[in-house]
Amino acid sequence: MSETLEEFRDGVITIAPLELAGMPFGLIFGAAAVTAGLTPGEAIFMSATVFAGSAQFLAVGLWAHPAPWLWLGFAVLLVNLRYVLMAASIARKMERFHPWQRWLAAFVLADENWAMTERRAVSRPLTPAFYAGMGLTTYVSWLVATTVGTIAGSFIPQPELFGLDFAFPAVVICLVLSFAKSWHAAPVVAASAIVALLTHRFVEGTWFVVAGGLAGMIAAILLPAPKKAADER
Amino acid sequence: MSADSAQAILVMAVATYATRLGGMLIGGYLPKTGRVRQALDALPAAVLTAVIAPAVIAGSAEMIAAALALVAALRLPMIAAVLVGMGSVAILRAFGL
Repeated sequence: MSETLEEFRDGVITIAPLELAGMPFGLIFGAAAVTAGLTPGEAIFMSATVFAGSAQFLAVGLWAHPAPWLWLGFAVLLVNLRYVLMAASIARKMERFHPWQRWLAAFVLADENWAMTERRAVSRPLTPAFYAGMGLTTYVSWLVATTVGTIAGSFIPQPELFGLDFAFPAVVICLVLSFAKSWHAAPVVAASAIVALLTHRFVEGTWFVVAGGLAGMIAAILLPAPKKAADER
Repeated sequence: MSADSAQAILVMAVATYATRLGGMLIGGYLPKTGRVRQALDALPAAVLTAVIAPAVIAGSAEMIAAALALVAALRLPMIAAVLVGMGSVAILRAFGL
């Protein structure tokens, strides 16, 4: 097997379990969208062009006829601000990507494939083929789940009963542990968690991700790991 | 599909792509040493922690399951730790936690 094909397959295998666990939420999105008054075509069109779960659920919540496009655009921009941070972080690890590959990679960036990309970049160089394997799998499963959801309507079992909604938090716990092997990362994790929780408690939307992320980054500047200080000398 | 729905969806698509592409384009120009570098190195752990923090403290079932997943992750491969987290949250919820 060629190296490119192997990388692509690795990408598919890395993300497939998470996408399987996440399928019910695509189904629920499709069903919720139709219930809120979108046509099946509109729901599928939204999944194909917007491709951002939390923003799409928010849009379904705000949906009306005629659609309030200005409100929707603004709300979606705020919900998705975290992608600026995520994309900026992986862009530094994309030396092997052509500019057009970066533009395409940006389109399929989602929470779960971003997280797995960061993990991959820790152990080996990030390749376009690996990213394509993940991105394509994520995109196709979201579209398939949305489509089935619009057809199945409200006939969806509760994924919470099976703990499927906890797959992503559980994966992230493992990832944070692998990024933060030493105690030097503790202030970063603590600052991020505390600020994220406070922001989540008092501010609407997904500002808590941006606020917590920035707090963790500030903690890293104020309390640098000794190893990093040695690098700079 | 009505014209106003199509317009709203396309506005949402452009807004979303702007955040993803914006980050991608500025990322390459960020400094590779110094304090900005320290902050960026901490970004994955910081943002990941923030993303899941509310879900982890959502209830006692979630908090216990998160703790179990964390312990499992110290010893077991990732997929096993994830299954421990999902399985324990499902069981704890079934018991009404």
